[in-house]
Amino acid sequence: MSPLTGQILNLFASVLLLIAFAMLAQRRIVTLINLFAIQGLALVGSTVTVAWATGQRHLYYSAGITLVLKVVILPFILHRLIRRLNVKWDIETLINIPTMMLVGIVLVVFAFNLALPISQFSQSIARGTLGIALACVLMSFLMMITRSKAVPQVIGFLAMENGLFFAATSATYGMPMVVELGIALDVLVGMIILGVFMFQIREQFDSLDIHHLEKLKED
Amino acid sequence: MNLEGFLAQLLAVAAALAGAPLLSGWVNQCRAWLQNRRAPPITMPFRTLHKLFWKESVIAHDASPIFRVTPYIVFGCMLLACLIIPTLSTNLPLAPAADAIALVGLFGVARLFISLAAMDIGTSFGTLGARREMLVGFLAEPAFLMVVFTASLISSSTSLATTVSTLGHREFAILPSLAFAGLAFTMVSLAENARVPVDNPATHLELTMIHEALILEYSGRHLALIEWAASLKLFAYSCAGFAIFFPWGIAEASDSVAFLWALPALAAKLAVGGFALALIETILAKMRIFRVPEFLATAFLLGVLAILVHLLLGA
Amino acid sequence: MEAFFVLLAIPLLGGPFLWLLGDRRSAPEVNAALSLATFAASAWLTAVVISGGPITAWNEQFFVDALNVFLVALTAFVGFTTSLFSRPYMRIEREKGKMTGPRLRLYHSMYQAFMFTMLLALTTNNMGILWVAMEAATLATVLLVSVYRTAASLEAAWKYFILCGVGIAQALFGTILLYFAAERVLGAEGNALLWTHLNLVKADLEPAIMSLAFVFLLVGYGTKIGLVPLHNWLPDAHAEGPTPISAVLSGLLLNVALYSVIRCKVLADGALESRFAGNMMMGFGLLSVVVAAFFLSRQRDVKRMFAYSSIEHMGLVTFAFGMGGPIANFAGLLHMTVHSLVKSAIFFAVGHAAQKAGTQLMEDIRGLIKVSPTVGWGLMIGTLAILGMPPFGVFASEFLILTTAMREHPWATPFLLLALGVAFAAVFSRVQPMVFGDTHIKPLPHQPALVPVFVHLGLGLLLGLYIPPYLAAWYAEAAKLLG
Repeated sequence: MSPLTGQILNLFASVLLLIAFAMLAQRRIVTLINLFAIQGLALVGSTVTVAWATGQRHLYYSAGITLVLKVVILPFILHRLIRRLNVKWDIETLINIPTMMLVGIVLVVFAFNLALPISQFSQSIARGTLGIALACVLMSFLMMITRSKAVPQVIGFLAMENGLFFAATSATYGMPMVVELGIALDVLVGMIILGVFMFQIREQFDSLDIHHLEKLKED
Repeated sequence: MNLEGFLAQLLAVAAALAGAPLLSGWVNQCRAWLQNRRAPPITMPFRTLHKLFWKESVIAHDASPIFRVTPYIVFGCMLLACLIIPTLSTNLPLAPAADAIALVGLFGVARLFISLAAMDIGTSFGTLGARREMLVGFLAEPAFLMVVFTASLISSSTSLATTVSTLGHREFAILPSLAFAGLAFTMVSLAENARVPVDNPATHLELTMIHEALILEYSGRHLALIEWAASLKLFAYSCAGFAIFFPWGIAEASDSVAFLWALPALAAKLAVGGFALALIETILAKMRIFRVPEFLATAFLLGVLAILVHLLLGA
Repeated sequence: MEAFFVLLAIPLLGGPFLWLLGDRRSAPEVNAALSLATFAASAWLTAVVISGGPITAWNEQFFVDALNVFLVALTAFVGFTTSLFSRPYMRIEREKGKMTGPRLRLYHSMYQAFMFTMLLALTTNNMGILWVAMEAATLATVLLVSVYRTAASLEAAWKYFILCGVGIAQALFGTILLYFAAERVLGAEGNALLWTHLNLVKADLEPAIMSLAFVFLLVGYGTKIGLVPLHNWLPDAHAEGPTPISAVLSGLLLNVALYSVIRCKVLADGALESRFAGNMMMGFGLLSVVVAAFFLSRQRDVKRMFAYSSIEHMGLVTFAFGMGGPIANFAGLLHMTVHSLVKSAIFFAVGHAAQKAGTQLMEDIRGLIKVSPTVGWGLMIGTLAILGMPPFGVFASEFLILTTAMREHPWATPFLLLALGVAFAAVFSRVQPMVFGDTHIKPLPHQPALVPVFVHLGLGLLLGLYIPPYLAAWYAEAAKLLG
């Protein structure tokens, strides 16, 4: 792998990190979906870079799957969903945004330290990417637990999957094809089920606020 | 201190004093074009300064000496800032005296005095402005420091001259950290220079104004000095940005040919930068004052990200 | 080879078939028939393995050894009996208006899909496909948990989806790390995630990577097992979904998730010199046992209570596998089996009881022995069995686990004994008045099918009194495999 590909990979890694922070800070659902699509695009870019650098053909396929699934289909479904459900805004976050940002920074440092002992084994030049991937996963997780509406939670879930995918491509040059296909299928089916599910929630509560879903507390 | 360095320093002073109002004029001109207005001439700031210098300076009865000395201190700080930033050459005799952190400190001193002076008279507008100025400064400074640290980490020095020569000579590499830092720097500059998303420099009729509220009580030569200082600040910020992010074209030590090229290069960079600023000001709408902390927090975050990316990815 | 094909093809094709079949009167019977066929195929596969030893199929993508073959048989068996139980149960639900035609159609096709994912997870050799199957299992059951469309069931399903989704994402990261470690030894081919290959080279896997990978895998699949503190979805999903789904979640899904963890543990143990993986499992297991036991006493909903009981038992099994060694592993496998049988039997009985009483609140269910003696006795015997009364199988396995713990980890014994005591008091004091208390409810006209309850309890009793030699040999071999 030449230094340039390493740099390009690093660039995509930092773009992913930036998008993860942007998602954490974003209040509007529509922008959130667009950010998710951009994240997918960055993922496609990094996958193609790795594929080109290592000459592994199956990575081109998985980049293609990512492009179709995460840049086109899922954002399309999400946009349709929020149009049909007529939800555009998501003002409330459970923690205020600057605090979330600080927590996000702590998470990045934590993730990097966690990945540090492993990164040294990476054959790839872009060694820090595993840490970045883990940071993206943790930040998506943070986003899921701090959002009160259903759609942002789902986007957080999908963003987490993106982070994992990045870990797979950057650290190991992609998983075996059959596994990647299976994962893609799971994500797609999961998305469709979630779509169905949101209509059920709306039908029941006239709202997509997850706060309604707090009846089953431990007593 | 060799003669060449002395000359370079002298030229830098001249360039700053003359270039700063021109830059302000250029930005105003571009903005007028972009907004389909008839543009004022580029020398308009000079005419304003000239007019103000010949006017009488009215000072409130209860004004303390702070109020009187502030314009000179602010002007001095800004001029000094322009001197330690390598605008034309890295071979500046004054440059070793102060590094990038001291630069932030200089801006801080100027901010402190102008806020004190604004509160000195005791009008409500002055106090309001001072409070907002301190809020912006309080949030913008750490972000600015993060940008400075990123550049320092990459070049392993906090001296701006060294940064310029290191960054100007490294072989081509994609550095996401510098890109993030550049974004953060742009946001900080907009806030610090009272530009559109944060403050509107074109009017002092808004309740949410910051900069204009601070200097409402000044008139005559005091006002002229403060206005000049404001344009010097913009100039200093632009040059600092160019020095870190576009270090090409700045002359190295003992390179006379390059030195000749440095002035047109700087002019070209300033022209482009000024146009970009005007474009930003035209496109963006002024945000509510309550959103300013968030805006600056984003800048800070970008700065931190830049450092993180550099430390973690080495890029 | 053919056995694999038949075993997986029946539920895979059965799901779409039942969907196409739609809401017919025959649909429950077809579902049961398909489950029976799956069970037969699993028996066939078991016979092949017993006679010929471990086998692999399709470029080693599938394999069966002593460890998973008994789980395949158990899964197919519980799947079959649950489908029997669900016929009358769902009929009554429909008469009550809680189920409609489209919902039943969804239920039947998803039931088969769920069986497919369970069997796929058990038989696959590929750790990546294992992950895919576990995720697919969530997807197949999430709409079943919310099938009643009540506020509570939607909440439960949402929690189930999100928590398990997040958890399983951690498992994916663990799998990626596992592949990362494996790739360095096995090369970047499709084989690097095959468990049989990994098992051969496990000593060469990089310990630093494997320890982190195991943490993520344990947290990920541990969410599905319902280990504390990742258990929040489990009581809700069990309580709010239809009872057959509660039965298969407790009886099958938790087992399969635990199976995934112990497969990973084998690899982690091989790579790490220390007992790191075992200690992690012991910690999570013990915490689950203790916390679940104390939560048991605070429940008012009968299905919730037994869901907590599932957490407790899964914690116990996790603890047993964490201790390792032939006896503890043997006990863990035995406990998995009997818990699966007895707990699903209890859910069958509870389902009928709740249907008769029209509520799941325990204080409103009284006098089952008068309303329906078979349900009452089924629930009582099942409860005694799950609480570890001799001579049931749970007693045998718990006894083995406890004695091993006393010998090897004496510090853990008081916690375990305390938890088991608290659980006993809590559950028994709730179930006793439910069964023997006064009631005014008149017996309902329809007779519930309690054959599955008593078949399961009978098997649980049998395993307590006498483990057939081939089964014991089988457990012993699997235990040896686990190290």
